[in-house]
Amino acid sequence: MTLRIANAAGFWGDWPSAPRRLLETAEVDFLTLEYLAELTLSIMARQRKKNPTAGYATDFVTVSEDIAPLLRSQSQLKIVTNAGGLNPIACAHEVGKVLANQRLGDVPIGVVRGDDLLPQLEDLGSQGYEFPHLDSGEPLGKLGERVVSANAYLGAEPICRGLQEGARIVITGRVADASLTVAPAVDRFGWSWDDWDSLAAASVAGHIIECGAQATGGYSTDWKSCQLANIGYPIAEIDNEGQIVITKPSGSGGRVTRQTVTEQLVYEIGDPAAYLTPDVVVDFTTVELAALAEDRVAVRGATGRAAPESYKVSLAYADGFTASGQLLVFGDDCVVKAKVVAGLIEERLHQDGYELARTHVELLGAGDGLPGQQPPPEDLREVVLRVAVYDPRREAVAAFTRQFAPLITNGPAGLGGYAQGRPSVRPVYSYWPTTVPKEFVVPEIQVFAANTWAEKQEND
Amino acid sequence: MHDKTIALGELATARSGDKGNHANVAVVAWRQIGYQFLQEVLTAERVAEFFQGLEPSRVDRFELPKLGSLNFLLYDALDGGASRSLRTDTQGKLLGTALLDLQLPVPDNVTEMLPGAP
Repeated sequence: MTLRIANAAGFWGDWPSAPRRLLETAEVDFLTLEYLAELTLSIMARQRKKNPTAGYATDFVTVSEDIAPLLRSQSQLKIVTNAGGLNPIACAHEVGKVLANQRLGDVPIGVVRGDDLLPQLEDLGSQGYEFPHLDSGEPLGKLGERVVSANAYLGAEPICRGLQEGARIVITGRVADASLTVAPAVDRFGWSWDDWDSLAAASVAGHIIECGAQATGGYSTDWKSCQLANIGYPIAEIDNEGQIVITKPSGSGGRVTRQTVTEQLVYEIGDPAAYLTPDVVVDFTTVELAALAEDRVAVRGATGRAAPESYKVSLAYADGFTASGQLLVFGDDCVVKAKVVAGLIEERLHQDGYELARTHVELLGAGDGLPGQQPPPEDLREVVLRVAVYDPRREAVAAFTRQFAPLITNGPAGLGGYAQGRPSVRPVYSYWPTTVPKEFVVPEIQVFAANTWAEKQEND
Repeated sequence: MHDKTIALGELATARSGDKGNHANVAVVAWRQIGYQFLQEVLTAERVAEFFQGLEPSRVDRFELPKLGSLNFLLYDALDGGASRSLRTDTQGKLLGTALLDLQLPVPDNVTEMLPGAP
């Protein structure tokens, strides 16, 4: 008995039509949708601060409308997603309304909470907990006063509980990406939570599919070898023994080969022998791949050991402001001219009394996309000047953003690109990775019909 | 292939990612025999030198022989990481493509290491 789990979103902003395209061309048991990169929750924190009903991945509401007909026609289909972000209740409310309007009001929706540690931060701090930085070990200290979001990466267990309580859609906040795949597998096969090798297999499958098309020919240096316009998103077939096959909808673009699957396997990992998830610690070095047929690759040999006793936590704290502006610099002297223009911006700010804390100048087209690689070519006709700054003071960064437009009339000729308008000042939310002992975190799940969620208030 | 050096990109594909302020660059050999060659010559030192413009504090190399892959971790290479970097490439997405230009000595049995080889 094989479980088919697909992924159709690797991040917030991924291809909006990917979920519908996948479901129209393949029958799967589960669709996972992954919306939370390292930074996403800090962006959502800002949104929620302005509007208490915000703070979730609105893409998922649109997707649920888009795929509603497929939810009706494919009764086996279930969805697991971390679209809830910082406000999974509000997300469930909106999705509930969409489904209720589509004759899917009976569909049970589960919401997982407990990852949001912001309310407990002060308490934990006064109990002596220091939230040491994962790399440096430094305590959070005074930065704690500026924290805007603090979320533990929950594991598969609360999702699994939701599925077992009958949820057809489970919406979570921060969970480990692979757990979106582990939960359906445990739900189907009944593995125990200390069956490390089985959990490792499902985690490996989850890691492969969690970035969507990156497993099926996307983000490949061998990009010429497949058709990308209609790229298929990945499907993992998992059986009770933990055997995995990676494939994609037939007839879709992209490719599933040992090369594409390996590239995704080793993506964003540190020590491959110890890949930490909340559910299990996976050893990727025991994994082997075998091409079974065109676009079907078997993944075998994943092994695991006991899960860590702490959850990884991503904190974000308010940390100044940033802005960047670009101008096209044209002419045989473009390299020299671009450097002069960068100097004018800095000099004029200096004359107004501003020394910005950090400035970065790039000549894009002259090789600065990768710092320090090579001197600019001699024969460029045009180059894009990009200047980016950071400063703790908003007004200093705002002053910087006002230096671009004047160059139209008081800078050198041969500059273009002003139609983009004044650069915008953005707040910086710096990322602070840490851990917290699992006993301080209580994951919880509530399951209600879509109709019920549609009627609930956001702060219930 | 009759030149004195060969680009890494003839023997492998690559993919880079980020974790906080660190970048990982994974190299995936086309052929197991190519992996064995890279395991000898594509050292952490060589990769550190190639990316010295990023000023990593350290470069570690991890081996995944069953997958024909070497994973390089470049610590503190991302100008503060995605949340703080002022670079266009805040997440190090260009590093995989860049590394494939690295020039390596040409091994005698290079034709067996190419993607089209039987």
